[in-house]
Amino acid sequence: MDIGTIQAYAYFFFTALLVVVLYAYIYHLYSSQWKGKRDYEKYGNIALHDEITDKPVEEISKNDEINKKEP
Amino acid sequence: MDNRPLEYDYTVAKMFMLTTVVLGIVGMLVGVILAWEMAFPAVNTMLGEGLAEYTNFSRLRPLHTDAVIFGFTLSGIWATWYYVGQRVLKVSMAESKFLMFLGKLHFWLYMLVVVAVVGSLLMGITTSKEYAEFEWPIDIAVVVVWVLWGMGLFGLIGIRREKSLYISIWYYIATFLGIAMLYLFNNMAIPTYFASGGIGDWYHSVSMYAGTNDALVQWWYGHNAVAFGFTVPIVAMIYYFLPKESGQAVYSYKLSLLAFWGLMFVYLWAGGHHLIYSTVPDWMQTMGSVFSVVLILPSWGSAINMLLTMKGEWQQVAASPLIKFMILASTFYMFSTLEGPIQAIKSVNALAHFTDWIVGHVHDGVLGWVAFMIMAALFHMAPRVFKREIYSKSLMNTQFWVQTLGVVLYFTSMWIAGITQGMMWRAHDEFGNLAYSFIDTVSVLHPYFTIRAVGGTLYLVGMFLFAYNMYKTMTSSRRVEESELQNASPMGA
Repeated sequence: MDIGTIQAYAYFFFTALLVVVLYAYIYHLYSSQWKGKRDYEKYGNIALHDEITDKPVEEISKNDEINKKEP
Repeated sequence: MDNRPLEYDYTVAKMFMLTTVVLGIVGMLVGVILAWEMAFPAVNTMLGEGLAEYTNFSRLRPLHTDAVIFGFTLSGIWATWYYVGQRVLKVSMAESKFLMFLGKLHFWLYMLVVVAVVGSLLMGITTSKEYAEFEWPIDIAVVVVWVLWGMGLFGLIGIRREKSLYISIWYYIATFLGIAMLYLFNNMAIPTYFASGGIGDWYHSVSMYAGTNDALVQWWYGHNAVAFGFTVPIVAMIYYFLPKESGQAVYSYKLSLLAFWGLMFVYLWAGGHHLIYSTVPDWMQTMGSVFSVVLILPSWGSAINMLLTMKGEWQQVAASPLIKFMILASTFYMFSTLEGPIQAIKSVNALAHFTDWIVGHVHDGVLGWVAFMIMAALFHMAPRVFKREIYSKSLMNTQFWVQTLGVVLYFTSMWIAGITQGMMWRAHDEFGNLAYSFIDTVSVLHPYFTIRAVGGTLYLVGMFLFAYNMYKTMTSSRRVEESELQNASPMGA
């Protein structure tokens, strides 16, 4: 097999691979939302509610939240 | 310990805001001088023959590019980082004395580097690599400054309250990592004095790479300096400031993630388009060309996401000059990320390469996209860091239109000049003799060079309006309450 043929196969292989990776990522983003694993769109609120007194969109730790509730 | 409520601490952000304005004016003033030198060569000796060494085009040109890239833009990136970083991570710099110390050290060391760069470039000390002109002692100082920023960046992320990193933070992280990698590899050099046992000046060096390899590494760096200096951090800004100023959450957060990873993957391969029809392997040129075209997708992904964020709220564009700046920035981003790939197509590049069209492309990107976005960011930040309303809305509007006219004159004149140049260089008679000599093109281009200089001057006038508005905001504008700072920035008439 000459170099040109190898290049052609490699070109096809990488193009196909990248298309699969791209669409798999898009599918992952949407399916996570359908399955209720993660609501990506709520993270847009991080910019809008960004006062230091605002409640974080997602707390860094559940334990911290419990501690704060204690008197 | 006192019991004052916790507040964000903008001390370091304010310092970088100041250098953004000052270095912006310096960089653009030098640019305007260069533009007039191109149109009227006598300007090269404007301070007399004796000082011509310091005022000629070749001495000032790297000062212009480096002042705009590493002075104005980097300062803007850091000013916004020390503002946005705290807010979207919901943690104050005041909570960590160490991070505050790092931030201030970062600023003052950066100032030292700025002085060293301006001094050395004016003295003509340069490695002669485009956008990487600094000699090795300055490079080492740059690395220290960069590491300090990195420590501050990851330090702040480490003590955050908000679990998820907002999309802007991803872009700032990418800026840090991207430039770190590019700068180190492209500036690998051997100090000649030490390697030769004492020949020449101690600060001189030669690149570790030679010939075509040097060109390849240089343009891998050069193109990605545009990526990680002029694109990635500016996208970080617009993802925060446009939603915040308009009160609209980003249209599609999922699209922002997809565009992020797309940009990260594609951008790094596109640098080869600077070396089309050169001595680098043909497949590499083709790859640079193809990846440049693919690059339209992630770039437009972010830009369209920004335009759609304004869905149903377009009246804000008419009402607020601040939103105008950002929407025009986003539009220029779309425009220059379409223009760039067109220029990277081999057949177009055969005409466009080395012509003024490339200069036009750079400037519609930097003046229309980068600088507009940075200024909009500073306008949004000013009332929040100084607790005063923006001094004058009408001055902002005036600045917007003066600068927009400036950009339009700049890029249209350079389009015509560039394509004229390209056509004249390749024109030949039926025997293959070139139809024109170089000086023929110079005389034909003179009117366009003059229009470009006028456009640049208008933009510089806008910069002075910007500086004045910021100064008045800082010192004498009406004080505002916290409740006025939720979304749309308060502005005086």
